[in-house]
Amino acid sequence: MDKLKRAFVYIFLSVAAFISIFPFLWMIISATNKSADVTKGRLLPGSQLMDNIKNLFTTVDIVPALMNSAKISVSTTVLAMVIASLAGYGFEIYRSKAKDVVFTILLLSMMIPFAAIMVPLYQMFAGVSRAIPFIGLDTLSGVVLPTFTTAFLIFFFRQNTKMFPRELLEAGRIDGLSEISLFFRIYMPTMKTTYAAAGIITFMSSWNNYLWPLIVLQSPEKKTIPMLISNLGSSYTPDYGIIMTAIVISTIPTALVFFLMQKHFVAGMTGSVK
Amino acid sequence: MFIILAVVMIAAFYFYPMIQALLLSFKSGKGMNLSYVGFDNYVRLFSDKTFLTAVKNTFIYLIIQVPIMIVLAMFISVLLNDSKLKFRGLFRTAIFLPAVTSLVAYSIIFKYLFATDGLVNKLLMNVHLITNPIQWITDPFWAKITIIIAITWRWTGYNMIFYLSALQNIDHSIYEAAKIDGASSTRQFFGITIPLLKPIILFTSITSTIGTLQLFDEVVNITKGGPGNASMSISQYIYNLSFKYTSDFGYAATVSYSIVIMIVILAIVQFKAAGDKNG
Repeated sequence: MDKLKRAFVYIFLSVAAFISIFPFLWMIISATNKSADVTKGRLLPGSQLMDNIKNLFTTVDIVPALMNSAKISVSTTVLAMVIASLAGYGFEIYRSKAKDVVFTILLLSMMIPFAAIMVPLYQMFAGVSRAIPFIGLDTLSGVVLPTFTTAFLIFFFRQNTKMFPRELLEAGRIDGLSEISLFFRIYMPTMKTTYAAAGIITFMSSWNNYLWPLIVLQSPEKKTIPMLISNLGSSYTPDYGIIMTAIVISTIPTALVFFLMQKHFVAGMTGSVK
Repeated sequence: MFIILAVVMIAAFYFYPMIQALLLSFKSGKGMNLSYVGFDNYVRLFSDKTFLTAVKNTFIYLIIQVPIMIVLAMFISVLLNDSKLKFRGLFRTAIFLPAVTSLVAYSIIFKYLFATDGLVNKLLMNVHLITNPIQWITDPFWAKITIIIAITWRWTGYNMIFYLSALQNIDHSIYEAAKIDGASSTRQFFGITIPLLKPIILFTSITSTIGTLQLFDEVVNITKGGPGNASMSISQYIYNLSFKYTSDFGYAATVSYSIVIMIVILAIVQFKAAGDKNG
């Protein structure tokens, strides 16, 4: 391998990595600076972090927003894991012609853009509101309900199930386990990596979801974190220090989930494209 | 048994609304008072300047951004797949990092970075690439460029992970054999890597196409669709029609069906272009 090529590879990757990281660095640095310094383009850490945090918590309802986002993302992730893995397992282990057709139809839902169904969904939930108020408009369950089942996740679990050693199921059957306990006692513990990867993807997209909560939730105290940040960002007299601090805080959960589970994530993804 | 819940949920929250949207698209009126108008809404599309601008913008994003991103993601992943490369994990994590940010959060950051008195302009002026600040957000042309840069930043690493995963599944002996036959690394790339990556290329290009056609968070938070409607996306227009102006759910549903039709057409084109029915 000639040296010039090597050098080019390293320089290229370093530049790409730098561009990827720079907005993060700037966001963190800005969270420690005064609003005026952020506008001036100061690139050195300041001493304003504690003040920014204090101002953020006293002037903005960030705690309720964080709580709302947490409730939504955690329940979405838990429900999504159960439903999608049951389905992925069911489709792969008990294969039949009819099921393959159903699976193909489910996959078609991946082509349906959210924009195409948001108006009818809104009307559905408006209708439900009159009958069952706690799952209709302006409720957190209204946000969760249409988002936790995705064809992508079912597909993901099905792909990974292809590698699942079926002999384990046979062994379980001989031991007298029912089909459903085979799933919970043998399949689930074996597929930890797949669950981890799927969990990361679901948690992140749920935590970061903006459009559907924006439509469903109306009262200010039900705002989620992306809605809050969007409002801060479009205000006429923005305090950049506070906004940056809010963005840092909102990014911590997803960044943390990713870093803690990175190994599982890459392993799980590798399984899905086999 | 195992699949019933999932099937019911997807039917209720994807397919049922799709049918409802189709029915809605033949109705028109204000708020909840809708009456049947036949194909009027579909005719209206073609004389609706805002709609045509939104479609044009969305296609500009699509045609420029998706190919750039996919080539970039593939290129980076091939470089990172080299086992002799040092700091692979570090590079991979750094380049994937943008994918953990929320679309809203990164949009706000980009809005400030690309402000007229923002950091990007200051940087470019300091290295004397430009003499006057670029109106990234307020000029119709640059507003679109800003959106394209932003999406590329956010999604390249995400797509890279798919390519990396696929590359790791390619048997090394194929390359060994090619090397013995004297194939250069460029030849190996076009002769082995690309054909084997075809399914993933198809997958990422279709998901990116669908993603771009649904673009919402970025335009709303970086440029608000402006200046004028110069960067407005179709999704944003649907949102405005439904929830911002006096709502006309029927017409909004018609506009949303235009996205469905575009996605179907583009997906078919991409399948054909890949020339692989098993995609």
